[in-house]
Amino acid sequence: MNNDPQDGQLIARIQKNPKYTELVTKRSSFAWKLSWLMLIIYYAFILVVAFAPKSLGTKISEGSVISIGIPIGAGIIVSAFLLTGIYVRRANGEFDELTRQIKEETK
Amino acid sequence: MKQLTALASALVAGSWSSMLWAADAAKPESKMNITAIVMFFIFVAVTLAITYWAASRTKSTKDFYAAGGGITGFQNGLAIAGDYMSAASFLGISAMVFAKGYDGLIYSIGFLVGWPVILFLMAEQLRNLGRYTFADIVSFRLSRVPIRTLSALGTLFTVILYLIAQMVGAGQLIRTLFGLPYESAVVIVGVLMILYVAFGGMIATTWVQIIKAVLLLTGATFIAFGALNHVGFNLEAFFRSAMEGVKASGLADHKAVVSGNKDIFAPGGLVSDPVSAISLGMALMFGTAGLPHILMRFFTVANAKEARKSVFYATGFIGYFYILTFIIGFGAVVMVAPNPQYVDAIKGTLNGGNNMAAIHMAHATGGDLFLGFVSAVAFATILAVVSGLTLAGASAVSHDIYANAICGGKVDERKEIRISKFSALVIGVIAIFLGIQFEKQNVAFMVGLAFAIAASANFPILILSIYWKNLTTRGAMIGGSLGLISTVTMVVLSKTVWVDVLANKAPLFPYKDPAIFSMTLAFVGCWLFSKLDGSQQAQAERNLFDAQAVRCETGIGASGASNH
Repeated sequence: MNNDPQDGQLIARIQKNPKYTELVTKRSSFAWKLSWLMLIIYYAFILVVAFAPKSLGTKISEGSVISIGIPIGAGIIVSAFLLTGIYVRRANGEFDELTRQIKEETK
Repeated sequence: MKQLTALASALVAGSWSSMLWAADAAKPESKMNITAIVMFFIFVAVTLAITYWAASRTKSTKDFYAAGGGITGFQNGLAIAGDYMSAASFLGISAMVFAKGYDGLIYSIGFLVGWPVILFLMAEQLRNLGRYTFADIVSFRLSRVPIRTLSALGTLFTVILYLIAQMVGAGQLIRTLFGLPYESAVVIVGVLMILYVAFGGMIATTWVQIIKAVLLLTGATFIAFGALNHVGFNLEAFFRSAMEGVKASGLADHKAVVSGNKDIFAPGGLVSDPVSAISLGMALMFGTAGLPHILMRFFTVANAKEARKSVFYATGFIGYFYILTFIIGFGAVVMVAPNPQYVDAIKGTLNGGNNMAAIHMAHATGGDLFLGFVSAVAFATILAVVSGLTLAGASAVSHDIYANAICGGKVDERKEIRISKFSALVIGVIAIFLGIQFEKQNVAFMVGLAFAIAASANFPILILSIYWKNLTTRGAMIGGSLGLISTVTMVVLSKTVWVDVLANKAPLFPYKDPAIFSMTLAFVGCWLFSKLDGSQQAQAERNLFDAQAVRCETGIGASGASNH
């Protein structure tokens, strides 16, 4: 697939473009950092559930029935939404602009 | 711990209802629910009109598989959320919160957190590399025939297992809500999904999904606000009355919670041993990233930008929806459990089973008319989900097996569409047939299996082919097959099938969720046999990685070169 020489030249040209390197480095480090953050948040939660479930039952304040588990759970849901928002914002702005420039320069 | 995997797998995609309702299956059903039936007919009329309109616009394979790429990020976000918010998660999670409290939230979180990871690592790569199915991505540099065949098998396994579970759940749900006989319910669902898919393709399937998502979100919002309104929007008072409600309740599940001295606002031991907890977490998170009907949704938008937006909206809608189900579940403790109208005192459950918590809540907050509305939405929900599944299965047959594996990519578009339509018909008939056959069976394990296959057979080769230069066809074939075979074997030897279905005394495999083992096997298999692969073809495949990476990152060539 896609072995015609024209394609090969185009690919070589794109790879030589410093903006391409910049895009790849920035985007993948950003994406992996956010992924690790999400995985750590989630598995930290799962491990607390597995090993110390009682701790999530601690009340948020004296006299309240609400446990800290409830805002923590809701917080994880909200964090998933915020992380996607952060990524989309940067990708649809900065990364797409870099991509546009690469396309422009390698026409 | 016993129920862990059964619950999880059931909640994932649709057989939750069947699980609890299987007990009631023998009993002749209640009276016809006329309001619900009328509203359901309105929904069907509207969606069939859309199908008619979509049929006239479905000319190319791109229209058929990917709605012509003309869906916006926002619409697609709703459609993805729609694929996720099945009747099972609506009824199942609120029922679980109702019966067990906090544990319900653990599952909803598991389903949600896969989304960000899919977005960060896969969504735009899929969009940039693929056309219609996820096999397009793995076959970019790997050998077309074997890898397409394996991916199509992974898709078909996942889709058929899911579909059967959905059909059984549908039959029982509709019998309970509408008072229709089981078989007619299954046939209605089957016929409608065939119509949507065969005539309207992805355009109709997507719009059915969007309408249903909007209706479901509206209904759930109304119920949750009704529940909060009941206590004057005071959260402290809300949770306090939920706690007192559980103490005062006579229901069997609540007695267990109270006597076990459990806190309903903390995890209640459903997820207890660490291996199972992690394995479940892996299946939920990575299974999502390997579900063929979900992955297909990345090809219905115009570009990577819209694909990203759709994940953002989808995560928002799904997260909001899960918070609503949490409120609805506790709301049912406050408003439904103490009301004798909704309680089956003899069985110690709600009328129709605890799964009806959300439905009874609809009645408690909005009366008969709103109950009819929510029942109709529950039916619509099943229709939309099975249509998405059927389309994914049909695409695997026509696009992956027929057009690419058999014909080498050179095929008349019209013929390919005809084959898709025919495949949709065949898959629909199989689903109706098996749905009726499995009426009395506990099919929960099928969903767990589908999810585990998605996580262990589809996901590893997909992510490795995107990120790992050294992946070769041989490695992917061996690793993917290991994932597929080990998943099936471990589920069959586990308690879910070996003891509960085959009636043996003790399970040969101690855990219900195999993901931690089967995913590891798949990854190790892919890695080892790719490393050992010194063939010329393997070298050629590694050399193609750069070209793939450029397209993955920039999208250059994504819609031009390959799209004609």
